[in-house]
Amino acid sequence: MSAVNVNGQSVPLDDDPRTTLLDLVRDHAGLTGTKKGCDHGQCGACTVLLDGRRVNACLILAIQCEGHEITTIEGLGNEKQLHPMQQAFLEHDGFQCGYCTPGQICSAVALLEEIRRGEPSDVTGPGQVTLSREEIKERMSGNLCRCGAYDHITEAVLAVSDKNASGQGRAER
Amino acid sequence: MKPFDYQRIRTVAEIGARHAAPTRFLAGGTNLIDLMKHEIETPDQVVDISRLELAAIEDAAGDELRVGALVTNTALASDERVRKHWPLLSYALLSGATVQLRNRATTGGNLLQRTRCYYFYDTARPCNKRHPGEGCSALEGQNRIHAILGASDQCIATHPSDMAVALAALDARVTVRNLEGEERELPIESLHRLPEDHPEQDTVLTPGDLITAVTLPAPPAGEQRYRKVRDRSSYAFALVSVAVVLEVRGGEVENVRIALGGVAHKPWRARKAEAALLGKAATEDSFREAAEAELAPARGYGHNEFKIPLARRTLIATLRDAAAPSSEETSL
Repeated sequence: MSAVNVNGQSVPLDDDPRTTLLDLVRDHAGLTGTKKGCDHGQCGACTVLLDGRRVNACLILAIQCEGHEITTIEGLGNEKQLHPMQQAFLEHDGFQCGYCTPGQICSAVALLEEIRRGEPSDVTGPGQVTLSREEIKERMSGNLCRCGAYDHITEAVLAVSDKNASGQGRAER
Repeated sequence: MKPFDYQRIRTVAEIGARHAAPTRFLAGGTNLIDLMKHEIETPDQVVDISRLELAAIEDAAGDELRVGALVTNTALASDERVRKHWPLLSYALLSGATVQLRNRATTGGNLLQRTRCYYFYDTARPCNKRHPGEGCSALEGQNRIHAILGASDQCIATHPSDMAVALAALDARVTVRNLEGEERELPIESLHRLPEDHPEQDTVLTPGDLITAVTLPAPPAGEQRYRKVRDRSSYAFALVSVAVVLEVRGGEVENVRIALGGVAHKPWRARKAEAALLGKAATEDSFREAAEAELAPARGYGHNEFKIPLARRTLIATLRDAAAPSSEETSL
């Protein structure tokens, strides 16, 4: 039977190719951490990692993900062992209602990998990519927060980046 | 979403006569899946092409770069060769959408994305692009984001891509494979069409045609700039954008290629501005005359009148910026 790998578990596909990755994760796998906001790729609440890269799960057919690895917020950490980014969101008050938070955290985790790989953004000048508040704001623009916790989210991402870089000097501001 | 038959193919040879029926090729899906949810796109068959081997960026003869149709916007914008030799393309890509979308969106799909005209998306309102002959709601409606050049009384929608605007200024070529398996190459400028009496046709492609690659000609001499004006500083379509390749020698314009985005049904190659600039002194006066030449036939429809002066000023500013480094070199 065809299936999609979500957080290391095999989730069977149904017979309807219209099922999105988002619906598969929430309704079939019962992983309701990933949220449905706009369902049209505009808000980022459904952000998950596909082979390590962040994507909008609402704009992908589940059947397209056969043979690929999906990581949701549940795959990053749990109540007993929080992911460093989850811990940082708690410490820096990076949310209010929490609806966008799983998407924000998946996005932020991927963001640090993108920086590590040297992928540029609209605010990156020529030369090496370094993390700054401007970079974080630009790179997180696909995740809306209607409560407006953006500044604290930025601080949380910077804090994890600093922690990762400790011993190699702090991230440039 | 209307039910459809899903097929996954591994080679382009699997595309055949049966795909002449209402079919959509699905790659990243960032626009197509959305349109299918709105039931604006209602294909009988969806052919998943995302596993075709078209995801490579390869050096080609004559210092050209061949970009496979399935190369993602992220991969293309991050490619060291593109960043170094065709930075205009990297800037344009990075100014569009979000990381999540660019991670999925492909080179071929970006070119074929549909307009974001409000009425094209609003299935309760007439739209000639959705249903030919129904009428255009934008002509007398909310048309702030609409076209000022090359529109018709049938449609005033704009093409939303930033990437395509950069490709137009870079003289890129598009490789297309037809249902019979024959390949043809066309200049990017000939891919998209103006609405005229058939706004339902965004491009010259016919059923079963598949874009397989985009080729960048050898890196152009001079400076490359992409300037995008939008309602918010990230994650917004262009109100107006300007792509410029400008070579200034001894204070004179030796070579210039200009394309405008957000102003027409297709990436708008500004041939009149180019002709007005070539061989002229690279001065503010020349830039203004060039912009005015291009925008002389521009027409607003009410809410989008502001785009005419905005396009003029953005074009002048982008040329000025592109000319600055060269003028400094000349003065040394």
